[in-house]
Amino acid sequence: MAGRDSDFVGPQGGETPAPVRAGKAPARHKASGRRRAGLSLAAVAGVTVLGLSAAASLVGSFPRPAHAAQALLNVSYDPTRELYRDLSAAFTADWEKKGGGALQVRTSHGGSGAQARTVIDGAPADVVTLGIPSDIDAIARLTGKIPADWRTKLPNNALPYTSTVVFVVRKGNPKNIHDWSDLVREDVGVITPNPKTSAGGRWNFLGAWGYAAEKFGKDDAKIREFVGALYRNVKSLDTGARGSTITFAQRNFGAVLPAWENEAHLITGEFGKDRFDIVTPKTSILAEPPVALVAGNVDRKGTRKEAEAFLKFLYTPEAQRIIAKHHYRPSDVSALKPEERPADIKLFRIEDLLGGWDVIQKTYFDNGGVFDQLTARK
Amino acid sequence: MSVAVAAPRRRPFIRITGALPGFGLALGYALSWLGFIVLLPLAALFLRASSAGVEGFAVTLSDPRVQHALLLSFGVSAIAALFATLAGVIIAWALTRYDFPGRRLVDAMVDLPFALPTAVAGIALAALYAPDGLLGAPLARLGWQVVYNPIGIFIALVFIGLPYAVRTVQPLIAEIDRELEEAAATLGAARWQTVFQVLVPPLAPAALTGLALAFARGLGEYGSVIFIAGNLPGVSEIAPLLIVIKLSEFDYTGATVIAVIMLAMAFLMLLVINLIQAWSRRRMGNV
Repeated sequence: MAGRDSDFVGPQGGETPAPVRAGKAPARHKASGRRRAGLSLAAVAGVTVLGLSAAASLVGSFPRPAHAAQALLNVSYDPTRELYRDLSAAFTADWEKKGGGALQVRTSHGGSGAQARTVIDGAPADVVTLGIPSDIDAIARLTGKIPADWRTKLPNNALPYTSTVVFVVRKGNPKNIHDWSDLVREDVGVITPNPKTSAGGRWNFLGAWGYAAEKFGKDDAKIREFVGALYRNVKSLDTGARGSTITFAQRNFGAVLPAWENEAHLITGEFGKDRFDIVTPKTSILAEPPVALVAGNVDRKGTRKEAEAFLKFLYTPEAQRIIAKHHYRPSDVSALKPEERPADIKLFRIEDLLGGWDVIQKTYFDNGGVFDQLTARK
Repeated sequence: MSVAVAAPRRRPFIRITGALPGFGLALGYALSWLGFIVLLPLAALFLRASSAGVEGFAVTLSDPRVQHALLLSFGVSAIAALFATLAGVIIAWALTRYDFPGRRLVDAMVDLPFALPTAVAGIALAALYAPDGLLGAPLARLGWQVVYNPIGIFIALVFIGLPYAVRTVQPLIAEIDRELEEAAATLGAARWQTVFQVLVPPLAPAALTGLALAFARGLGEYGSVIFIAGNLPGVSEIAPLLIVIKLSEFDYTGATVIAVIMLAMAFLMLLVINLIQAWSRRRMGNV
């Protein structure tokens, strides 16, 4: 707080002594200067604290740890909104009926990879229900909050439901698309999400790859040629499955949208059966969206019992019926009536073709992997 | 009536001008906020990126896909900012100089892109310009496709950048006296001379500020662009999307490396724009 006012000429400048002058200020002034400095520091601190506490009070309105409100957090992927709304409601009703007390299940949705990242970055998820096994593997590898052998902890490889990839086409199928081989025709525009950012996009890629592998056998060059040709037909590579749906259904862009089976039914339901048809390819991929307990989080929060019950509930006949209703493929159809069961499609497991998920993720989707090689511009 | 105009002293390191006290408070407050809000996160970013080492940066920079994305992001942002500035100056001129019914309404609408969630903007623009959209359909008949390619990015960035251009020049236009133009006219200046020698010089620095803001905003824009760009690698894939893709691969370091490269390039370009601005201020000798 020292300086020389050379530019300022005040009305009474001559009479009043310059308040503080560098190096020449008498002791009295120095002391007051110090007091004033202290005051300004206090003011700075005060305003800062005020700002931070305002921010904190905003944060306070977000979900609190479960033992306070007895709530589970299920971190899920994008197209499961409708599914988990019903499943969670059925589970909490069941839980209360069995004398478990009031319980709430909150579900957050987003792209599968982005959701995995929030858990890695510390989101207090009790269970994760993601779109592809490699996303749960990533949480296990990077945080240790999920045991590495998580797929053995629940029935059916931790899959209460599966799905597959089918094709959504314009009404009447004007481009005459019936199988994967039609997607590489030059007159067909394909809309699919980016396998880098979307689990659905990865299943589409693997579906095409698996189809080609069955067709061409071990001829890697031919498989690459096929999948490369398919991705050259891609007209828009959105970041998530919902983005692709919007591009295809609302923008009327592209001729075919390979999509999750449940998403395909949602599209025909939402945008009208008179606008779109679903084409089922002769063979397709068994899409495996798995579930897992986030052991590291439930033990800290004391919600292990509830979270385990929730995951077990997904395998009950009641849950399996809800799953079938939303056009996912139940892991156990024994309790379902024949008309409730999904249509039969010949499905292949990608792990049988390509090996474990750590290998698939690294070889095909990591930086410089097969997808990058196939889409690189020459 | 004179204060401290004694013998010229050595110029102090920090020269305080102005009538009000509180320099220490203001500077301390500014620096601590700047530190908390800007420098601390940036330091964390650089720290994370530094773990990649020089080699990591070299590898990332030599990737043709990264090069293309950076070129596309900077190129389209610059072109869009230029266009937004030209359009913005004209809009600002019309809004300030002329009175017409609904002027205040139009004036308020200029700010809408500030408030609109950018994803909404992207979806709305894509709907409008898609081959079956209101504007896209006639263009498609002419054989032009303006979405799902770099033109789509341009459209989104002009939309996002426009209010910056308008709002920075508007107050200056309001300040320019009409007499200046009238004086120029009476002194025999042609219309183009009045525009380029009387009006443009005082507006140029502000227009450049608007340009810099629109450019910087466009560089970082993600939400609206991904809905209209098509995001094809090597064609319409912007650098921010590449960062998101790296994050999806759980490659945090790779993501921060691209971010740091973008930041460095952006800082350089903004610095250059600032220098041009300072130069034009000096040259035009005003404000």
